[in-house]
Amino acid sequence: MMSDSTMAGSTIIGAANGLPAELTSPASDWWRSHAKVGMLAFLLSEVAFFSTLITTYVVFLRQTKAGNPSPAEVFHLPLVLTGTACLLSSSITIHLAEKAMRTGKRAGFLGWWGLTIVLGATFLACTGKEWHELICTYGLTISRNLFGSTYFTLVGFHALHVTVGLVLLSTIFLLAWRRALSEQDHTAAEVISWYWHFVDGVWIVVFTLVYLIGR
Amino acid sequence: MPNYLLLAATAENVLQDVSTLHPVSPPADSIRYLFYFVTAVGAGILAVVWGVLLYSLVKFRRKRSIGWRGGDEQQPAYPGVVTAEPPQVYGSMPIEIAWTVAPGIIVLMLSLVIVRTELEVRIKQPSPLQGSNALTATVIGHQWWWEYIIEQNGGQNVNPVVTANELHVPVSGEGTEGAPTRPVYLTLKSADVCHSFWVPRLAGKTDLIPGRVNQMWFQTTQPGLYVGQCAEYCGAQHANMLLRVYIDTPENFAAWLANEQKPAVSDPAVRAGQQVFLAQSCVNCHTIRGTTAKGKFGPDLTHLASRATFAGGMLGLNQENLEKWIIDPQKMKPECLMPAFGLSVRNVGLITDYLMTLK
Amino acid sequence: MATVTQPAALERPFWTARLHEWAVTVDHKRIGIMYVVMAVVFLVIAGLEAEAIRWQLFVPENTFLGPDRFNQFFTMHGTTMVFFVGMPILIGIANYIVPLQIGARDMAFPRLNAFGFWVTLFGGLLAYFSFFIPGGPPAIGWFAYAPLTERAFNRGAGVDFWTLGLLVSGIGTIAAGVNFVATILTLRCPGMTLTKMPFFTWTMLWTSVQILLAIPPLTAALVMVEFDRALGAKFFNPQNDGSAYMWQHLFWFFGHPEVYILILPAFGMISEVIPVFSRKVLFGYEFMAAATMAIVFISMGVWAHHMFCVGMNRTLDMYFAAASLLVSIPTGIKFFNWLATMYGGRISLASPMLFACGFLSMFVLGGLTGIMLACAPFDFQVSDTYFVVGHFHWVLIGGTLFGVFAGIHYWFPKVTGRMLSERLAKWQFWLLLIGFILTFGPMHISGLLGMPRRIYTYLPDRRWQIWNQLSTIGALVQVPSYLLFVINIFWSLKYGQPAGDDPWDAWTLEWATPSPPPTYNFEAVPTIRSRRPLWDAKHPDDPDWKYE
Repeated sequence: MMSDSTMAGSTIIGAANGLPAELTSPASDWWRSHAKVGMLAFLLSEVAFFSTLITTYVVFLRQTKAGNPSPAEVFHLPLVLTGTACLLSSSITIHLAEKAMRTGKRAGFLGWWGLTIVLGATFLACTGKEWHELICTYGLTISRNLFGSTYFTLVGFHALHVTVGLVLLSTIFLLAWRRALSEQDHTAAEVISWYWHFVDGVWIVVFTLVYLIGR
Repeated sequence: MPNYLLLAATAENVLQDVSTLHPVSPPADSIRYLFYFVTAVGAGILAVVWGVLLYSLVKFRRKRSIGWRGGDEQQPAYPGVVTAEPPQVYGSMPIEIAWTVAPGIIVLMLSLVIVRTELEVRIKQPSPLQGSNALTATVIGHQWWWEYIIEQNGGQNVNPVVTANELHVPVSGEGTEGAPTRPVYLTLKSADVCHSFWVPRLAGKTDLIPGRVNQMWFQTTQPGLYVGQCAEYCGAQHANMLLRVYIDTPENFAAWLANEQKPAVSDPAVRAGQQVFLAQSCVNCHTIRGTTAKGKFGPDLTHLASRATFAGGMLGLNQENLEKWIIDPQKMKPECLMPAFGLSVRNVGLITDYLMTLK
Repeated sequence: MATVTQPAALERPFWTARLHEWAVTVDHKRIGIMYVVMAVVFLVIAGLEAEAIRWQLFVPENTFLGPDRFNQFFTMHGTTMVFFVGMPILIGIANYIVPLQIGARDMAFPRLNAFGFWVTLFGGLLAYFSFFIPGGPPAIGWFAYAPLTERAFNRGAGVDFWTLGLLVSGIGTIAAGVNFVATILTLRCPGMTLTKMPFFTWTMLWTSVQILLAIPPLTAALVMVEFDRALGAKFFNPQNDGSAYMWQHLFWFFGHPEVYILILPAFGMISEVIPVFSRKVLFGYEFMAAATMAIVFISMGVWAHHMFCVGMNRTLDMYFAAASLLVSIPTGIKFFNWLATMYGGRISLASPMLFACGFLSMFVLGGLTGIMLACAPFDFQVSDTYFVVGHFHWVLIGGTLFGVFAGIHYWFPKVTGRMLSERLAKWQFWLLLIGFILTFGPMHISGLLGMPRRIYTYLPDRRWQIWNQLSTIGALVQVPSYLLFVINIFWSLKYGQPAGDDPWDAWTLEWATPSPPPTYNFEAVPTIRSRRPLWDAKHPDDPDWKYE
């Protein structure tokens, strides 16, 4: 067994003239870390997914005839702006948490990471409140009209992604709290923060199209 | 299993020609030309590829006597494996460019032909229609029958004529003095799911999509019956949503149109049948103009008996078929949207007698 | 020293231990095999559905299958072949081979790999569960045009199981896509730059990118259908401003790249087989690689060539026609490069090469009917007819299936340590070739003669009978070829000649391992310098890296 592959591979096996084989260590270069490339690949698929929902929303917005209720009637910006502010600033706090992690400051990391979770949860609460108003006050549900269908689907899937993000963030938080977060896991925290930034980025697009332009 | 009754093999029905290669109308003709052109191009490319492939297989076939690797348990003998290689060629920029540019030119050529054909075939209905001698009709697709509403004839508005499953249009002239061309413009809509109007000898197909309005046109100088069928899967009986387009001589068309515009025949001999019909739920789905039957869900029956077929062109129109249909449509066209109403045999006979008078 | 007692685990009965091993494995090789087995099982089921369809169409007004069953069968046949046969078999072969080709120990995410497989299988089972519910499987066609899928037109739960099954297995496919991208980009052995990878790995990288871009839109569209059905949403409900037309755009935006997902890995396998059996390096590797990328990008922009009859405006028609023609250029480049590889070589027609030649001769024809179909006005006549059915079966069987058989015959010795029987393979090949030509050739004719798709019966006076009969006979001829394939596999597992590490005298890294490879693949991480590392190892005096 060994002899055959050696016969075939005596110049193959050996690092005489190859690149340095940093294949499994946590890599600073993202293209060497499979966790980072994996997360980026996954985010690419999420871009395709959200692009489809967003395109459908936009196309149907232009297509919808006067169906009660309509975007202009039901959107009240203050609540949405609050939620948006929370979500966007959570990107800043997670960035600060990452910085703290890299410089080894556990307390700083826990503080900023925890604040990120709180801000994310606040965003969800704002969304929940808004939906309550839409459903109970205006009678806008997913089955009410085309606008309701596209709106709840798009914003709902975003909120679902935020929820999943909060679960991931909380897991990391708990691990760090119990001092169970190792050097290797720093990559995990980093890629989760990328996911979080992505979710934020999607919200910027959704917010602009749904609440600003689409009204 | 239901026993489908064939259309009687009348002279008109023997060997229905639905070939795309036998066009009688300009759009179908343009497309046939495109087909011949692109087939010729494709045949040329095929000849080159297969030629090179065959040549290589013959000329560069490895001779078996050269080089056997000795066999043992680890490395079994595989005949024909050699260690001496033929000259290795890694690539060649000029060749790559050549066989990128050449297909590029072919693609460009094809694109030009496509543009020309597209512009020839997809012509919008002119507006206004005055002076165009055109016939316009709206086609509404239903599961699994066709509704036709004739709106304008010879470029003039007519009292809209609603009929089902068999479309009559006038034959066109050659386009010379005294024999003007008479194009037919169809507006296509759907009442339920996606369908497609396809009579191959007249034109390519155009879909009927709920919520959308599509258009198509054709014209032909050759009178006759042209057939086709729905070409977009629309549910259980998609296969039996047949198309029949009669290209009539001007006299025949005028007679047909005049007849269609009249209300239904009211023959006193079948008054009993008419009364049974009007008393039953038939009126919920069917219209017979001149009576109180104004249902819109099913085909218009005002001049049913003037048609050669019914049930979406699937069944020949005669007493026997009609009776069987009314007794239980599900046996003849399973899943069609007309249920069996449990009528008595006597009533079915009366209704059929009445319907057969609706010429 | 105390006596050593047997640990309890070793006392477990043998066959449950084996089953347990496979159920919990995260080894890419085992997962690859499970994907292929799943695909073959579904191939048999979908094949039986096809045989039933062909039997029903043997004569006009046949009563073998009623409209319901026929419509359900063509829906499930198409869905199964695309989602539960085509993609799994390609992902399975790639799962086994790609880590070996790049000198890695396993995929980047072994547990995600296992997850992807089981979820794909579960999706298939969900979709097939529809056979056991009242109403049966969906009768909507594999592209499920709205509003036929709305509850108003399809009350049974078959459509829901279909939708959920595809949603679930789509998650598995995306997981595989993520895994391949991460593996190929980060786990290549030292010296293997992106342009020194085996070509199969290169095509798998780009197939995975296409998976990541094309499957999520399908997921989104399926979600919308299910929301329409289950929650009363209005996406595709024309009576509430919804759009049946939008479904077509959404579906085909996925649907067209999907067929490239199905063909690119086959291109990769052919690109492995042809050089080895012509004893010449792949001609124009860089152009082949660039052509692959071009195909991925162009093919994302041609989807509406499935919608030429829908009444889009003329400009859109012409754009999509031109773009569809454009994608034939990189495909043509690949063809010429394969031919140039063979030209001047020393060709051996062993079974992998036999299938590769079948691929070359057949796929070009399917590609050419594709070029015909790219000409939008021609579609006005033949769209939704048997011409299209003939075309896509030609490229899927003549392309993907022949490529897959070439790959399986090539790599079977590596996976099992035994050679397949050449005799059985030759019989399989010729029966498949003849059967497939006889089945799908006449369809081009009946399509031109006006026969639409998806009709459960036809009138005798339409003149289509002879073509349908030829197709059915061809379908019957194909049956023994698949049987022979299965027999070959089982027979060779027991009685095949021992293969050794490298029976074909090939050049890529997978042949540097024992057959079958141990769990860890390579004893030490190899380092390479050229595209043909084994050639360099066997010929240190004349290594490839001097010439590349």
